[in-house]
Amino acid sequence: MTLDTVNRPRDGEWLDEVATRARLDATWGDAPGLWGALTTVDHKRVAHRYLITAFAFFVAGGLVALLMRVQLSHADEHVVGPDLYNQLFTMHGSTMMFLFAVPVMEAVAIYLVPLMVGTRGIAFPRLTAFSYWIYVAGGILLWVAFALNIGPDAGWFAYTPLSGPQYSAGKRVDMWAQMITYTELSGLAVAISIIGTILKQRAPGMSLNRMPLFVWSMLVMSLMILFAMPAVMLASTFLLMDRLVGTHFYNAAEGGDALLWQHLFWFFGHPEVYIIFIPALGIVSSVVSTFARRSIFAYPLMVLALIGIGFLAFGLWVHHMFATGLPRLGNSFYTAASMVIAVPSGVQIFCWIATLWAGRPRFSTPLLFVIGFVIVFVLGGLTGVMLASVPLDLQLHDTYFVVAHFHYVLIGGAVFPLFAGLYFWFPKLTGRMLSERLGHWNFWVLFIGFNLTFFPMHYLGLAGMPRRIYTYAEGLGWDTLNSIATVGAFLIALSVLMALINMIVSARNGPVAGANPWGAPTLEWATPSPPPSYNFAHIPLVSGDNPMWEHRERLQVLRGLRLDKRELVLTSALDATADVRDPSARPSIWPLLAAIAVSGLFLGSIFTPWAVVIGAVPATIALIAWFWPKDPPAENEEDDEI
Amino acid sequence: MAESVITPALHSALAPAGAHAQHIDSMWQLMLWVCSAMYLLVILFLIAALIRRRRGEGSDGTRGLSRTLAAWTALIAIGLFTLTVASYLTDRALVHAAPEPQVSVLVTAHQWWWNIEYVSGDPSERIRTANELHVPVNAQVHIELASHDVIHSFWLPNLNGKRDLIPGRTSEISLQPQATGVYRGFCAEFCGAQHAKMNFELIVDSPQDFESWREHQLSMGVAPADELARQGQRLFMSTACSLCHAIAGTDAAATTGPDLTHVGSRRMIASGTLPNTDANMRAWIENPQRIKPGSQMPVVSLSPENLDALVAYLRVLQ
Repeated sequence: MTLDTVNRPRDGEWLDEVATRARLDATWGDAPGLWGALTTVDHKRVAHRYLITAFAFFVAGGLVALLMRVQLSHADEHVVGPDLYNQLFTMHGSTMMFLFAVPVMEAVAIYLVPLMVGTRGIAFPRLTAFSYWIYVAGGILLWVAFALNIGPDAGWFAYTPLSGPQYSAGKRVDMWAQMITYTELSGLAVAISIIGTILKQRAPGMSLNRMPLFVWSMLVMSLMILFAMPAVMLASTFLLMDRLVGTHFYNAAEGGDALLWQHLFWFFGHPEVYIIFIPALGIVSSVVSTFARRSIFAYPLMVLALIGIGFLAFGLWVHHMFATGLPRLGNSFYTAASMVIAVPSGVQIFCWIATLWAGRPRFSTPLLFVIGFVIVFVLGGLTGVMLASVPLDLQLHDTYFVVAHFHYVLIGGAVFPLFAGLYFWFPKLTGRMLSERLGHWNFWVLFIGFNLTFFPMHYLGLAGMPRRIYTYAEGLGWDTLNSIATVGAFLIALSVLMALINMIVSARNGPVAGANPWGAPTLEWATPSPPPSYNFAHIPLVSGDNPMWEHRERLQVLRGLRLDKRELVLTSALDATADVRDPSARPSIWPLLAAIAVSGLFLGSIFTPWAVVIGAVPATIALIAWFWPKDPPAENEEDDEI
Repeated sequence: MAESVITPALHSALAPAGAHAQHIDSMWQLMLWVCSAMYLLVILFLIAALIRRRRGEGSDGTRGLSRTLAAWTALIAIGLFTLTVASYLTDRALVHAAPEPQVSVLVTAHQWWWNIEYVSGDPSERIRTANELHVPVNAQVHIELASHDVIHSFWLPNLNGKRDLIPGRTSEISLQPQATGVYRGFCAEFCGAQHAKMNFELIVDSPQDFESWREHQLSMGVAPADELARQGQRLFMSTACSLCHAIAGTDAAATTGPDLTHVGSRRMIASGTLPNTDANMRAWIENPQRIKPGSQMPVVSLSPENLDALVAYLRVLQ
């Protein structure tokens, strides 16, 4: 190790622990007050914002759903009319998919991945900060439009030609299509940061085969985002062009094709489901391992299953289109592919249960939610197998059976794990434990409310109830089950309220957590709760799969990083051998200003194509300022070894 | 039709009344049993894992799990293979169930109603109607599907799966009804404001009943006999009605809206969503936007007397 102690104090040199931490905080901390809040590039602060914003959208999307459930609770109900109802279900789907489910998973990744791989900051921190501003701008656009009664009303899938210029006049669908551009741009930015962090910033010694399954799942998710989201951005941009400048991509009368939209949309839309679900698998693995108090059974198989799901997810999109009359033999291939994806999923379920079998489970709230996840998600997976069959799908497609199916998959496969993750990591985020007692109530009310709401929908679909209907006539035999579903929906709302109260109360008054309250094995628990701005006073050295179990008392650490500058250790992609010290970006206002400029461009392009030309000017200026080199090129006076 | 009680139409995938739905139902039964068995296995394993008695601290507890995992994976693979093959065979059976059609129909979906035309090489044998399909029992029915505007989906749960109607493409579906009765159909693809109220009915008749229905449909609209209905007919021809609707044998020949030549004989109005009673007919004409907000049918303001006359005329059109 090079010593250069006089002028450039480094980690682990002559300073004592307190002084080291103070210096690191001075280097990595934000400016105080509003300026610090606007310029921060601290992944933890950005993730907090993401989490709170995504939760707010979750509540908003849920309230919209409650209104729909009230409308459907009885035949011929008149709480809302068709125009508002169609906006409601469009807002519900769009909000939950684009503004809650994907961003919340990204938020979890932004917060935890750098901590779990043992680094001081996320890769491309300014890009991460930028992504948040873009995301929140897209969300505000959609909800302001809804508040002004120009909310989109063509469904979250916006099938052409219904969403095209002829059948959706006005600006409603444009709001939706541009919201897609915002959120997908933000998603792509996060994906790049996550991939960079995972592949280059893992603590020395954390080779790929020692990487926590959570990190693996976030890597797979991010890679999937890179391939899936451009498809929908392309699709929605084509749609905007059809609507704004008179192109005919989706207009059959002029040589376009209405089905092109569906191919592009579902090429994104099906992987999207797994983009939401795969991070949840990572959460489940973390919780199961911690509360079964042993490593996950068959780790290599679990990694292969994750990667397998990631690949297969791109080969299934046509199963959303069986009823469109594509060639039958072709459809059969998609049946087979859709069936095959059940194999890795089934293997994963087995491995978690096997881990519980072999371990000594401790029934805290996070594990409770994981058990709920298995019970709910497996049922959703099996109805997914049913929908994979072409002939059966032709009956079930676009009925309430499908509504039941994907709520079992998405609430079971993502919301239950998210609640598990909330109870699990809340102590890390805030330094305080959530109430276990309220947590148990939260779980049972959610579990019962969920099944009450969605189980009857399987039957409703078989009994002929189509999706997306704002009302139904008396005497069709759908009343009772719809009333039950509405009661269940209120129970779900109650459970979310419980979680909210629990969070607010416990953040102030909960028992103090300490660094590792659950005795968990991964590195995010090696630093105080909540973590300091620099994450780790010393970069940990990893020599096994479960660093916190193998070195319960003392983790080995790596020394030699500068204290007066933001520096990270970059490691090799496969074996994570320490490679170079790399500077990390300082706080900057330019990500925010760039986001404002880009948002202006997107917003303006709803109204005139010239906005792209004019808006490019401030956006370019902001980007130039963002990347303007502030430091002289690194002097080569010190070698990069650590 | 008087204010009599109308037999409710059937609309369930679980009560197949046609060859296709029968095949799909068998697939459903197989699927349900296989998936239930798998689900039960997972839940039992989960319960066992959670409550089993642990041995001493030293044991790792993974003994036998690898072999169980291999068996479990094999079981999933076999189960899925079985279901895939069954699904493929069912799909084949659905295609094979449609040889030479005995009845050919062209259904064109509009926002938000169904135009129905019985196809024939002989122009005098063609029938145009709306929202009510009649077919003889045990016949091979071939339906060509087209869309006038956006994507819709044609679904008769008791008879067959659904099929989308996509502008710029033609698609088709076959029916092979096996029991007489009345079956409700739905538009299954979201198609705008009144997607919810875009139903239709399939009436499966005995061959004799179908034949007499067909003969009757070929006739011209009945000329009104009493004064009130005659006044209604004059109104129909002189107001906005005739701009969109056709009544064979009169000057009204527009095809924008449903054909009304025999509207008085239909079971339902407003695209299969309202029983065809005088009161409903009156309410519908008085303000379609109250019953189906967003409907393409405008409000034509008519005095109560004129409404009575119009309803009387439409009732005559048996």
